[in-house]
Parts: sequence; C-alpha cells; structure tokens
Amino acid sequence: MKAQICLVDASKCIGCRACQAACKQWNQLPAINTEFTGTYENPPQYSCSTWTKVVFREYNENGRVQWLMSKQGCMHCTDAACKLACPTGAIYHTDEGTVAIDRIKCIGCNYCAAACPFQVIGFDRFTNRAEKCTFCYDRLVNGLKPACSTACPTGSLVFGEEREIISKAQDRVEKLKKKGHQNARIYGLDEVDGTAMLYVLADKPEKYGLPADPRVPFGTRVWNAIYGPLRVLVVIAVGFGLWANLTKNKEIDKAKEEAQKESE
Amino acid sequence: MTNHWNDYQHSDVIMAIGGNTAENHPISMKWIEKAREQKGAKLITVDPRFNRTAAVSDLYVPLRPGTNTAYLGGLVKYILDNELYHKEYVQHYTNGTYLIEEGFDFNDIEGVFSGIEDDPARNAKKYDRTTWQYQRDENGEVKKDPTMEDPNCVLQLMRKHYERYSIANISKITGCPEETLEESYELFCTTGEPGKAGNILYAMGITQFTHGAQNVRSIAVVQLLLGNMGMAGGGVNAQRGQSNVQGATDMAILYHIIPGYMATPQQAAHPTLNDYNEKETPASGWWSNKPKYLVSLLKAFYGENATPANEFGYQWLPKLDGRDHSHIAMYKDMSEGKVEGMICWADNPAVSGPTAGAKRHYSSKLKWLVSVDLFENETASFWKPEAGANPEEIDTEVFVLPAAASYEREGNKANSGRWIQWQWKAQEAPGDCKSDLWIANELFKKLQELYREEGGTVPEQITKMHWDYDGPDGQVDIVKVCKDINGYNVKDGSLVNNFVALKYDGSTACGNWLYSGYYNNLENPPTKRRKPEKEGIGSHLEWAFAWPLNRRIVYNRASADPSGKPWNPDVPQVWWDEIEGRWKTNDVPDFNVNIPPLESAKTPFIMLPEGQGRLFSAFVNDGPFPTHYEPADSPVPNLLYPDATYNPISQRFYEDHVVETDEEKERYPYVLTTYRVVEHYQSGIMTRNMPWLNEMMPELFVEIDEELAADLGIQNGDRVAIESKRLYNNGEQQSIEAKACVTKRLSPFMINGQKKHVVGLPFHWGYMGMNTGAVANDLTPSVGDPNTTIPEFKASLCNIRRVG
Repeated sequence: MKAQICLVDASKCIGCRACQAACKQWNQLPAINTEFTGTYENPPQYSCSTWTKVVFREYNENGRVQWLMSKQGCMHCTDAACKLACPTGAIYHTDEGTVAIDRIKCIGCNYCAAACPFQVIGFDRFTNRAEKCTFCYDRLVNGLKPACSTACPTGSLVFGEEREIISKAQDRVEKLKKKGHQNARIYGLDEVDGTAMLYVLADKPEKYGLPADPRVPFGTRVWNAIYGPLRVLVVIAVGFGLWANLTKNKEIDKAKEEAQKESE
Repeated sequence: MTNHWNDYQHSDVIMAIGGNTAENHPISMKWIEKAREQKGAKLITVDPRFNRTAAVSDLYVPLRPGTNTAYLGGLVKYILDNELYHKEYVQHYTNGTYLIEEGFDFNDIEGVFSGIEDDPARNAKKYDRTTWQYQRDENGEVKKDPTMEDPNCVLQLMRKHYERYSIANISKITGCPEETLEESYELFCTTGEPGKAGNILYAMGITQFTHGAQNVRSIAVVQLLLGNMGMAGGGVNAQRGQSNVQGATDMAILYHIIPGYMATPQQAAHPTLNDYNEKETPASGWWSNKPKYLVSLLKAFYGENATPANEFGYQWLPKLDGRDHSHIAMYKDMSEGKVEGMICWADNPAVSGPTAGAKRHYSSKLKWLVSVDLFENETASFWKPEAGANPEEIDTEVFVLPAAASYEREGNKANSGRWIQWQWKAQEAPGDCKSDLWIANELFKKLQELYREEGGTVPEQITKMHWDYDGPDGQVDIVKVCKDINGYNVKDGSLVNNFVALKYDGSTACGNWLYSGYYNNLENPPTKRRKPEKEGIGSHLEWAFAWPLNRRIVYNRASADPSGKPWNPDVPQVWWDEIEGRWKTNDVPDFNVNIPPLESAKTPFIMLPEGQGRLFSAFVNDGPFPTHYEPADSPVPNLLYPDATYNPISQRFYEDHVVETDEEKERYPYVLTTYRVVEHYQSGIMTRNMPWLNEMMPELFVEIDEELAADLGIQNGDRVAIESKRLYNNGEQQSIEAKACVTKRLSPFMINGQKKHVVGLPFHWGYMGMNTGAVANDLTPSVGDPNTTIPEFKASLCNIRRVG
C-alpha cells in the first residue's frame, strides 16, 4: 500500500522541463553531452545520470496537430518487474511504497533494465550499477515532496495522499472527456497492480510513448519462480566473488605499484 | 500589465497572441490552469507555430508572422458587425461617442490617413494630425453623440475603417482557415457580455514589428469594445520577458522617457522648465500633476543644487535633439563613427540586436567598450577570432566587469504585474563579481571626481548631481537608494507616504513618482511585506507593493457600471454601497471615492485628459485606428491597400536593406520568425553556460514544416544554411547554419491562393560560452516601429538549403 503518490497530469504538462532540471539538481546528476536530433526531447536515453525526462511526441492527424508532453521515468510499480528480475534482491519496495535499488547489493547484471516494461532503468558502466529514479526517498523521509513535483509550475505533477490523488485524477479524466478528449484515461491504477506515478492522459498511452499494456514479462516471472528460492545462495556466492575480486585487485594494484617503484 | 499574474484566475477566455506564455512565462500557466479548472475558462493561442502553449490550448489559431493587426482588425469587425460589444461600457467609458473633425479621412488605396506628408529627415512619411482631433463646441467641450449614430462619431468611423477586414479577407492575409478565425472570434466575443472577462496576453510576437504599437493598440481597442478593461480577469497584459525588465522600463531605461514615464525633454520644444510644463502637462487627468513629479525628480537628481532660481537644475538635464536615439539609430551612428564609447550593461546586442553581424562590425569603430555581464559575452568578444574578426585590425579597448547574478544581490524587482518585491540575497557572488548597484556607485563616484578635477563639457551635469549612497562601512547602501526613489521631504529627510505628497515648490524629492510609497517606512517597507490575502479576489494588498499606490488592477472604476454596481458581482473590485452611501473595495480604487459614482463614471481612465478609453487615438504616430501593414520583408503585397508597402511612417534607416523586388522575393521565399525556448534565456549567455540546460537544448536548430523539408530534401538533424538579404554583401551571399527540426507543428500557409512556408529559428546562440552556435539575428533587418523603433524580429524573409 502506497501512502503517498505522485499525479502526472499529462494534459497539464507544458514541457517546461523544470522537473527534469530539478531532478538533476537535487540528485546532483551530471549533464551529458547531447546533440540536437530533430526533437526537443533530450537526452535520448535514461541513464545513470538521467532518471527522468519529459517525453515529447507530435502528431498531425487530418490537420489536427497534437504535441504531447509528459514527465516520464520510473513508475514505482507495485508488481515491479525489476524487483522480480533482480538476482541479488537489490531491488526492493521501501516503507514508502516506492521501488529502490540497494547499490551495495547491485551487481550490475542489468536484468532489471531488460525486464522493465517502461524501459526507464539506466546503467552506470563506471560503477557497474543500475540507476533510476528514487522518488526522492531522501526528501520523502524528511517530509519534503519529490524535487520534480516541487518544481512543476502548472499542477501537472502533484504529490499527495494516494486516495486524494486518485480522486483528483478521476475528476480530471471526467473533465477531459467532457472537453472532447474521448481517449482520456487514468494510467497506472490497474497497470502492474498500480504505480506510484499515477498518470492522467488526454489520449492513448502509446501516443505518449508509454506501453499500452505494461506487464511483467512472462520470462521474468518464470525466472523469478525458479530462481527466487536460490537467491540467498546467489547473494552469498556473489558476495564471495566480489570479495575475491577485490582482494585480487588489491594484489594486482600492489604488484603494479611495486613494479612502478622498481622502474623508477 | 493592466492586471497581474494571479488575476488570470478570474478570466473566462484567455487569448495568448504573439506570446508563447507556457514556454516563456511558465508560471502564468498555474493561473490559467486554475481559471480553466475552476470556471471552465478557455485558452486560445494565436501564433505562427504550434508552440508549447498551443499544445495545451482549447483552440489554436495559426497565423502568418506579421499579420496580427489584420487578425485583430477582423475581430474588431466581427464585434461591430454582430453588435457584440458591451454597449453600456462603450457608451460611458470610451471615446466611441466622440465626434471627429469632418476632414478626417482614410485613403483605401494607399492605406494612409488624412494628413500624410513627407518626412525627409527620416526617409519616411509622417502625419499632420489636424484632422484627427475631436470636434469641440464653443466652450472647448468635446462634441459627443450618445446614440453613436452620427457618421463622424468614433464608433461609426471605426465601422467604416474596418469594412475591409472581413473574415474572407483576413483568411487570405493571415493564412488561417475561415472557420478557425470565426471560431476564435466567436469564442473571444463571449466576453463582451457584461460580467464576463476576456484576457489578452502578449509579448514580443505583438510588439516586434514595424507596426508593433498598432498591434498593441488593436488589443486595447478590442478590450475596450468588449468591456474587458479594469475588470478582474481582463486587461491588456504585456508579459515581460526578463526579470525586472518592468522595473527597468519604469526607471526609464529607454531614451525617450525619464523615470515615471515622463517624456524626455526636447531641446527645441522645451528649452526651459516652464516650456516643458506648459507643453507636456494636460489640463485634466492625473498627468495634470506632472510638474510636481518633474520638480521632485530634479530635486532627487540634483539635491540642494536644485533651486527655484535655477529651474531646479532643469538645464543640466540632457535634452533630445529631435532625432531617434533608439537601438537601431544608435548603431547607425556608431557605424558612422559618431559614438566614441559604449557601456553595454547586462546587454548583449552582438546576439540580440537586429542585423547583429553588422553590429559586431560597427563595434570596432568604438574607442572603448565596457561590458557588464555574468560571463564574457559575444558583445565583449566581437574582436576575437571566435567572432570571425581579426584582433590585429581592431583598436577598441574592451573592459569586462563581472556582475553578480540576481540571487547574489539584494534589492527590489518589479514583475510584469507591476508588483515590486524585495528579493533577499541567497548567496555571495563568486570572485570579483559585484552587484550592478555597487558598479554604478563606484563608476559614478569616479566620474564625479574626474569631472571635478578636470572639468569637461557641461561638467555640472555630473558634478551637481546629488550622489550619496555610501553606507557607514563605505559600501553602497541600497536603502539610501530606496529612500531617494520613494521620495522624502527635503526639510527633514522624512519619507513621503506616497506621490500625493509631492510638491512643485522643491520641498519634496522623489526619484520616481510611480514608485512613491513603495518604501515609505524603514521598519516594514511595503516591498518587503509578505502577507497573503485570506479573503477577497486575489489582490493580496499586503503582499509587496504594486505601482501606482499599491493598485493591483488599473482603471478599476470601469469594473462597475456608472451607478457603481460591479459588472461581475462574483469578483467585485469596487462597489457602491447604497445603504452606507460609500464605496467598498477589494483593491485600491483608481478614482476619486469622494465624488458621487455618476461623476467618477465620467472619467474612469484617469491617466487620459479626456478620462475615457481611446478607441480612436490621435497620439499614435502611425494612425488613430490600427491598420494592416505588411512587415518590411513581406512575401506578398498588401491585400487591403494595393499601394501600401510596409508601415509608411516607419523610419528607413538603411537603403537596400529589406526585400522589395520580385526577384528578391524569389531569392528569399520563406518567412522567418525568431523566438525563444524555455531551456535558454535571451542571448543565452546565462543558460549556455549551464550544463543541465545545454544537455536539454544542445544546438541551434531551425524548425521547418514537413512539406518544405521534403521539397528541399532536408531530414531531421541535417545541417541547414539560412540566408537573408542582410547577409548579401557585394554580390556574395553568406549564411548561418543550424540543425534541421522537421516538424508537424508547422504547416504551410495559403496566402491569397499562394502557398507560403514559415521557418522558425530560436535566437539564443552565439560564439561564446560552453555551448556555441550561429547568431540568428545576423539575418534580421534593422527596421522598427515608428512609435518605439522596436526592431522587426518576428517577421522577415529568408532562404534555406541543405548543407552537404
């Protein structure tokens, strides 16, 4: 049960990207070098330094132009594919109901990224860790709203008590339907048993670049069913492996240093 | 703005025209969304590009750049034809009933009003306005026809003037489909119903034209006809594009005004203080107090050196020579070697000025240049190889003074809604960066010292200046500046409560009468107040200070009918309480509350001598009614007036500068419009040095519609060259380069049967900083509006082609 969730009302998103900048600023994520490829959307991919971004999609159907924007990133699913895929149990649900990655346990196998139906998990090849939105857990436990929703000027991102947010979303969808948005809907209430990022969409999810029917991949479920009970053993094995690796590395470093000294 | 940001929540229909409010004023969307959420308000976006505001609008109206007057003229005609104007409002609160001189006329072929004559000094035309005057009776009273049926009354003249602005014609001019035009007109006109409020927001997409002032006038005319002025949720709302640019304007950053919107004295017309007062002071209206404000200003400038005997130092005040000294004209002077040195303060014209490439070249004619900015900008680096220059050939001495950013200094800022709010310092500035105030103070003290020691031409202008802003610690004391601006009694230095206390006899000093009252006590100065309103209509009278007199919505007398009953009782600003026999208010009243309502109803627009809103204004240089002129660089002739070219009153600064011949129109077939994106700011010097923003918007791009891109073989991300006549020199065509953004958000326009493509180019890039790119304004022409000389950035002609 999630106590507090975040509404992402895509119909109110103006694409100002204050959320995107706020995420980088609060989490001190470095900027990366990008290039202009024909869309306002940038960076192109989620990565260890990009946890959230505004996704832009444009359409011209029979002369009716649409420019759809929405903040996207980790949805914090109840039925979280990443958690099921993780072989070391590094991914878990916090007491706040959000999905987090334990950096110490993460071995960088990238199974989570492959399993994520939203494709929002990045990978840091320098630290060999999976990285994603933390829902600003550090802010939540200190009584603050996530950085993205704090920065949003229009009310597209609203953080609050789950029941209130759901009812707000339902009202909004009714209003949008009345205004002629026949495909308006809530997204994230039933999908993957509910997400902590609850969307109001004025059109079909695919048009926003979101999967129409996000699910935990079948393979991930099978894998989890077979592999789940063995996880403890794996953690021990992996732990041993890491320790051995570290020891070995130290030996190598020491040998290198000695070799360098000798050469001097 | 006549209204203010959070007043948008009261609007019934909001029209964003020539202003991409979601992109460039994101916080406005908070209030617009509130109006939509709470009262089902509608948002109309009128813009050549389907921009980020259009993306969340209820209705998008596409429009060829430079045709706003036509679009709004069509709206005026629609209002008049369908009798949708607010009749009681127009009758009582505007000059719609006034009779105009019989000789007033308009030439439908040339598109000019009566009184047109040559103006060789400006290489343009000008008007003799004799026929534009009100008819007056033997007592000097304006003749009126309350039925508004007299053929010479303003309303009837308007009907005649706008006869040609039919929806069919406007569609041919603007390229907007007829049904979309009609839908938008119909929707906005619902606010003509008494009690409804229509809000028109605009920015540089209205003003940056050779007919920019007429565009703004058109908005004012529409809002007066529909009774939207003075109303909560209504108004003419200019959204300012920079933090505190409102404050800069109030403080007279433009050459034609001195602080508080008083005209800069002209040497020929105003050789003495008496001449100025006689010619510049109207007999009625609030401006009849002008002499008090001018003398108080002179006292603030020259202190005890200003005495009745020396006209309070009026002779030291710089006078104009009758010529244009705006940005374009100043650079022309520079090109002719008439300017010795320049201080470029928080300005980067090498990127943001029109025909910027030429500007960089002219800068080399300066002996010295001082640049005050957060980073080394393009203007300060015009001599570097990065700018394409050869440093060996340039003798200009350049000084760069590093400035503190806004969060690194304290002080007052005025927002678009005229709210002046104190901003506290968040952190110390790095290194040697200093606040603008510190730099100004040190600079002036040094100048004064030099003039005292060495003399010079009219040294009194500097040496007689009252300049005492040092605090006990030797550092500049901002409170001393605030006191000067607020105004004080000369005798004892006590602060005046507000501008009502200002005097003509020299017993008061005030640096800006409009700001008077903003810092009228040291314990709890109004600009530092932060008390939100608990009940009311969102005026928040105890939050900061709004000029004038803490008034949140100007002309608020017009929000109630002549008897004092609010048009919209749900959000009343002022209302006459019959039982108590007095006015009650939610705002600071903009009228005399001590006279009966029917009396104050005669002059709801107190700043004007006639006291009533001007549907017809003889005070605009290029005509009393807004008239459709094409931009200087136009792809088509003027459909309404066959012999008209671009605004005939607009000064022609350079020969062979804009596209005129058919051959040139073929060479530069596409309409170019420049704009901003939310990720970058102005000339980009702040934001292009910020990695997080560079990551989002890494390169200069040019937006092209899919059809044009297919024709030219251009694909997304291709390198594209953009050419304009300004880059055609001595038979050689130069160009700038950008990445292609092929987008569904732009569509070709059908202009009178011809297909015309519009390309869009943001102007944030330059050759300095972390993220560099070509300067878009190398392409734009140095032509301007005849009232303000604001350059025509938003519509010009160009050619584009794929590179490589």
